[in-house]
Amino acid sequence: MKVLLAVKRVVDFNVKVRVKPDGSGVDTANVKMSMNPFDEIAVEEAVRLKEKGIATEIVVVSCGVAACQETLRTALALGADRAILVETGVELQPLAVAKLLKAIAMKESPQLVIMGKQAIDDDANQTGQMLAALLDWPQATFASKVDVADRKATVKREIDGGLETLSMPLPAVITTDLRLNEPRYATLPNIMKAKKKPLETVTPDALGVDVTPRIVTLKVVEPPKRKGGGKVADAKELVAKLRNEAKVIP
Amino acid sequence: MTVLVVAEHDNATLKVATLNAVSAAQKIGSDIHVLIAGHNATAAAKAAAQIGGVTKVLHADAPHFAATTAEGLAALVAAYSHILLPATGFGKDCGPRIAALLDVAQVSDIIAVESPDTFVRPIYAGNAFATVQSKDAKKVITVRATGFDAAPASGGSAAIESLSAPAAGDRVQVLGQELTKSDRPELASARIVISGGRGLQNGANFKMLEALADKLHAAIGASRAAVDAGYVPNDYQVGQTGKIVAPDLYIAVGISGAIQHLAGMKDSKVIVAINKDPEAPIFQVADYGLVGDLFEIIPQLTAELG
Repeated sequence: MKVLLAVKRVVDFNVKVRVKPDGSGVDTANVKMSMNPFDEIAVEEAVRLKEKGIATEIVVVSCGVAACQETLRTALALGADRAILVETGVELQPLAVAKLLKAIAMKESPQLVIMGKQAIDDDANQTGQMLAALLDWPQATFASKVDVADRKATVKREIDGGLETLSMPLPAVITTDLRLNEPRYATLPNIMKAKKKPLETVTPDALGVDVTPRIVTLKVVEPPKRKGGGKVADAKELVAKLRNEAKVIP
Repeated sequence: MTVLVVAEHDNATLKVATLNAVSAAQKIGSDIHVLIAGHNATAAAKAAAQIGGVTKVLHADAPHFAATTAEGLAALVAAYSHILLPATGFGKDCGPRIAALLDVAQVSDIIAVESPDTFVRPIYAGNAFATVQSKDAKKVITVRATGFDAAPASGGSAAIESLSAPAAGDRVQVLGQELTKSDRPELASARIVISGGRGLQNGANFKMLEALADKLHAAIGASRAAVDAGYVPNDYQVGQTGKIVAPDLYIAVGISGAIQHLAGMKDSKVIVAINKDPEAPIFQVADYGLVGDLFEIIPQLTAELG
């Protein structure tokens, strides 16, 4: 069974982003970039499926600028077999990425597509669902446990009040939540080996996909600052303040 | 302009986030329709008809809508220029699927409406607010509940129109749900929330928070660290990737205040932080910080509330 992974290059989760003074966006120049943490979980899940003998080949895709190759090499070092970069300088939005991934899925015919539930930059939480819709495949979002057997996926997923278990025929799209697994680190020998694994580059044009953004960002500002830092001495003073000053408890 | 709100419900009652989505819809247009797609969901449809400001309820009843899977909704909503869903687990699952089938770029998690095509949404875990304009003819939008006051649950008298439910695939089967049972208010809509972090040290110590929560009629939440450590189930999680809450009072107990967590609670009206580390970042957003040992302070606090 072939597994297709989608990974995104994002500002590292440890970086405190800064809004550009001209309000055009956040400053990403000279900032550490990494693989989106939810996508790392997707990579790990695919590698585990391969280790169990369920997946036979893992193909990883990233869409964006040439530097996304680094993200793809990371996935290859973690255990993916080959990589595809859809290279473009255009700002890619989830619908465009879903269309690109659909084009690749049509060529590659995977049984399973796994990707993170959201990217930590735009926090959109859309691409997996959109891809499933465009392919007319079933979807299991926010997965915390995945079992694949008899051409079916059984997925435990996180919902607002707890957990839900879905069963669906393959092919299907799964998006990962935090508790699905704990991703491994790439070892040095595997990082070296990854450099020799195949990495193909294609363009949106070659895939026949129009990636023109449909949403225009008019401005980006810092959120209003909270005036915190107030202190109280003990529980008694706290209760008094909540009652008489903040008036949030009776 | 007619705006459609896709309701989240359990066939009997509406989820509160639906009311916030109706309120967002009213900032876009004055003709507000609400879709109830469910099974034996007449009670939910009646509840929707009573929401103040709603002009029509569309009720699609079919066995395949009993458990809400994302498939089958798009056909019901295609006629509308604006389609809004609450940005809950339900809305996040269904919204993008609807949007892609309509060839529309979804605008996720809006916190303000500037005009019928321009919205404000947080990015980078709420560290920046983007004002975005949708160029699509139709808009598919998910609404962050904390950005909008809930529309009144009563006072309306909208007509209920039955829709024939299009046949949906039976590909996805719901095998079961494990829901956290609780008599407490729902975390996402509670007026008071008490959250515990790694400082609680284990799951059993969350019991301490329960006594306090009982006194305050509060919901209980947790930081991602506490969830990852296995103290409480994931549906307790408040943060960028968990629930976004904005109660009148948020009490953070033994939580250091990672960006990830702050993203889920910093819009609360009043924030209390209890932590033994005076340098913990949570104090920077807290209106009332109390530095000390939570194992002493929580019982004192519970006693003070008498």
